Amino acid sequence: MRKITTGKVWVFGDDIDTDVLAPGIYMKGPFEELARHCLEAVDPDFASNVAHGDVIVAGANFGIGSSREQAAQALKHLGVSTLVATSFGGIFFRNALNVGMVAVVSSNAHRIAPGDNITVDAATGIIKNHTQNEAYACDALPPQLLAMVQDGGLVPHLEKKLTQSNKKDVG
Amino acid sequence: MGLTLAEKIIARAARRDSVSPGEIVTCAVDLAMMHDSGGPRRVKPILERLNAKVWDIEKVVVVTDHYVPAVDAESAAILDLTRKWCAKNGVGNFYDMQGICHVVLPERGHLRPGMFVVGGDSHSPTGGAFGCFMFGVGATDMAGVLVTGEIWIRVPGTIRIDINGTLADGVSAKDIILHLCGRLGMGGGAYQVVQYTGDTIVGLSMTERMTLTNMAAELGAQAGLIAPDETTAANIRDAGGSPGDLSVWHGDADASYRATHAVDATQLGPHVAAPHSPANSAPVADHAGQAIQQAYIGACTGAKLEDLHMAARVLKGRGVASGVRLLIAPASTRITATAAADGTLSALTEAGAILMPTGCGACAGFGAGVLAEDEVCISSTARNFKGRMGAPSSRVYLASPYTVAASAIVGRIADPRDLLDGNT
Repeated sequence: MRKITTGKVWVFGDDIDTDVLAPGIYMKGPFEELARHCLEAVDPDFASNVAHGDVIVAGANFGIGSSREQAAQALKHLGVSTLVATSFGGIFFRNALNVGMVAVVSSNAHRIAPGDNITVDAATGIIKNHTQNEAYACDALPPQLLAMVQDGGLVPHLEKKLTQSNKKDVG
Repeated sequence: MGLTLAEKIIARAARRDSVSPGEIVTCAVDLAMMHDSGGPRRVKPILERLNAKVWDIEKVVVVTDHYVPAVDAESAAILDLTRKWCAKNGVGNFYDMQGICHVVLPERGHLRPGMFVVGGDSHSPTGGAFGCFMFGVGATDMAGVLVTGEIWIRVPGTIRIDINGTLADGVSAKDIILHLCGRLGMGGGAYQVVQYTGDTIVGLSMTERMTLTNMAAELGAQAGLIAPDETTAANIRDAGGSPGDLSVWHGDADASYRATHAVDATQLGPHVAAPHSPANSAPVADHAGQAIQQAYIGACTGAKLEDLHMAARVLKGRGVASGVRLLIAPASTRITATAAADGTLSALTEAGAILMPTGCGACAGFGAGVLAEDEVCISSTARNFKGRMGAPSSRVYLASPYTVAASAIVGRIADPRDLLDGNT
């Protein structure tokens, strides 16, 4: 099982909370509108400038706070493929994997700069920084979680499993 | 090697003799709790896509608390969808506008020691006050539970917080947890279990224990936990539940803890957490004199019956300062009814408090009572993230109901110890 993602880096600091990722006042409206306000309290230009495949690199406690899955979904909707952080909020970490994003913990996150082009291999736990020509360790994802992310998240993963068990039942 | 209480509950749910921190295990879920925001409106499309039914509807509890009462067409539509989904799926445990989920769950006897419970809300660790392993999940995780009745977890280690001594009058569980947030930080719980032990805990009511486990979330813990005792059992029986055999649900004497932190309760005074993090907490003296426009007593953390009693001890016979609005949203309709019967509500409203509907309300910026640009609020809630309670430049200080009430009277952040029971 391999899961390798490459993209351009956006850097954020410590304690980026779910209310900054998915502001409460937009929670009942259309999801696309909510996503447009993702991270605006810390970087008003993020949502309009982030590109498909980009990577977020952050400090400690990325995604702390609420269980609202929209915090992870907004990032995915905007095209973010991968999250690297010194540490994650526990519920957010589950949510990120569940919606099919790669999320890895790395104590070397601070060595990565805005705009760097990096490749994250979540299976082996290696981050390659092509801009700075460096490589760092990150925590690899265990095989069962990697399989889920590879399938695109928990829902397609369950869909696949349910289809397989139905086939077995028929067979 | 013995097991901690959390490890025992997880092992039982994983159908194993024992588990070790770091292992990934799949657990059978005893109860799944959802609310109107992250519940049916989010899981319905997933269940439809998977063409799947709920694994065991008797093990599902749904509560409307975030968008109640509806204030516009969007919130009304969310509530309508929730009610229809519950009716169609035969959800017997549906509490519509009866209170905030974390308070309603034990109030209606759904929790008992040893249960493995998931909640579709980040303050789900509250249930740990009843000796349950309860943690928050997002909507996709919840949908997975509803389909399979199971969920994977990485077995957490346990961080023990040993609290001893008697709290001074006017100092409460909220001050203990704000002290801990300042001391350990929002990452201090490291997505492990935070278990509270010590003679202070033994002496606390269930309401106060719930404040500690609730804000284990603000320590970054997966779950908060308190071993069950006679106080737990009595509370569960009063709620019409069955506590079961308590003797099973204790950590072994030789269990291994990731860390132990000691707290001397006798040394604690009122605490206040400054914007924009619960970790910015300090003794109230550090912020005394800060002018406020709003004081808020509400949410799962800070509007239980005992929280209202604390506020009433300060407010009775006094008046809210000019230029300050004091909003009080009791955490459940039963709490409102009890507080009406025992005279608490009249003490609050005669002092000038504005009684709000039961629900999550302004805490997360969902309901009525949100803040304008640059306004300052002192609140008995759990979180003061930037913009959470309203405009991005608004500022929220977190404190106990005593301190919120005292500040409402003075018009500035104030030490409640000088204002208890009509003292001047």
